[in-house]
Amino acid sequence: MMKIKVYGPGCARCKQTEEIVWRALSETGTQAEVEKVSDIQALAAAGILMTPAVAVNEVIKVAGRIPKLDEVRAWVSAR
Amino acid sequence: MGQPGSAPQSAAWAPTAGRRPRFAGVWRSLLAGAPLLLVWWLVYRRLAPFAAWVTYQVLSLKPGRLAGAAEFFLFETPKVLLLLVLVVFGVGVIRSFFTPEKTRQILAGKRESVGNLLAAGLGVVTPFCSCSAVPLFLGFVTSGVPLGVTFSFLISAPMVNEVALVLLFGLFGWKVAALYAGTGLMIAIVAGWTIGRLHMEGHVEPWVYSGPVAGQTQPGVRMEWAERLRYGRDAVREIVGKVWPFVLAGIAVGAGIHGYVPEGFMASIMGKGVWWSVPLAVLIGIPMYSNAAGIIPVVQALLAKGAALGTVLAFMMSVIGLSLPETIILRKVLKPVLIATFIGVVGLGILIVGYLFNVLL
Repeated sequence: MMKIKVYGPGCARCKQTEEIVWRALSETGTQAEVEKVSDIQALAAAGILMTPAVAVNEVIKVAGRIPKLDEVRAWVSAR
Repeated sequence: MGQPGSAPQSAAWAPTAGRRPRFAGVWRSLLAGAPLLLVWWLVYRRLAPFAAWVTYQVLSLKPGRLAGAAEFFLFETPKVLLLLVLVVFGVGVIRSFFTPEKTRQILAGKRESVGNLLAAGLGVVTPFCSCSAVPLFLGFVTSGVPLGVTFSFLISAPMVNEVALVLLFGLFGWKVAALYAGTGLMIAIVAGWTIGRLHMEGHVEPWVYSGPVAGQTQPGVRMEWAERLRYGRDAVREIVGKVWPFVLAGIAVGAGIHGYVPEGFMASIMGKGVWWSVPLAVLIGIPMYSNAAGIIPVVQALLAKGAALGTVLAFMMSVIGLSLPETIILRKVLKPVLIATFIGVVGLGILIVGYLFNVLL
């Protein structure tokens, strides 16, 4: 199953990012496991320098901004 | 000031679909951009007569305080917004060449002096947001960037930013903008170097160094030019979209000061002759939190009423360079002694700059 990680220490922008991910998943009908990572050390270990960030199957797709809905749809449906 | 989200950078990792010739997009965009630039220039040139026309003909105000304030507002607002759009776009495109990951690679393992210099310079062009200060700090120090070098980056990134430079250029001219950039970089270099010399690694929270070494993300696929231009456009939408209310508010306050505060009034409080004005300006500035866009129009109005340039620059630097929210966030990774040292060293640098300008100019 597709694994999506949303990185962010719990700021408003990170919540928005998570919402967009969920919306993209429901719109494309994709099954995925979504994990929120808010521990700073885990962030650093994953190589994240700017938040919010999103990784799909351990590949970082975006960091430092809220992704657009279209982008996320493309990531989750391109398989 | 922070720029959350000034970093659309998915392209650094995610490969782009399709393989167009790399420069095809540039030529098309340049052809489309040239007329836009011409329109920009023509509008920019006509702003002063336009402001006068609206003030005296459309609003039919009699020359006086109110008219002075209105004309100031009607001229400065579109001018600053036009400059912002152009420069934020340009800086956005430049920033698409720099990512925090690349900057970290460059800085890792650098010797101190050279590292401080590079870090301060890279702080200007690397996308940065004070909300990401902690992950960035962690990612830098655990992958071998020296502590002092990391601080040089953390000081220069918010203090010397494109919004501040545009506003300074637009409202004071290139000399003041250059002085600000130069002294801002200087403070970042010297303060970072000093913190490095003080060997304060022991005042970083111990879990930082005992934790896992920061992961590295691969530098990624080369961006297409069309994408870089889109990056610039996104930056304009995001930064100008967020900053314009502050610009309006700042210019409105500035216009009020402009029209109603008597000439020379500020000279008695913030003038050259008043020795305590610089430290007072810094002390007031540190806990204040505003971005450059809001503070600079106020600063300009203060100067026009006789405040000294050094005092005003010191005030501005301490407002946007040392922000309370950022230091509170950094408390997660730094012990109080190091936080105090950070504020102390940077504050001292700003103080020196303030006095220097007051003496020299």
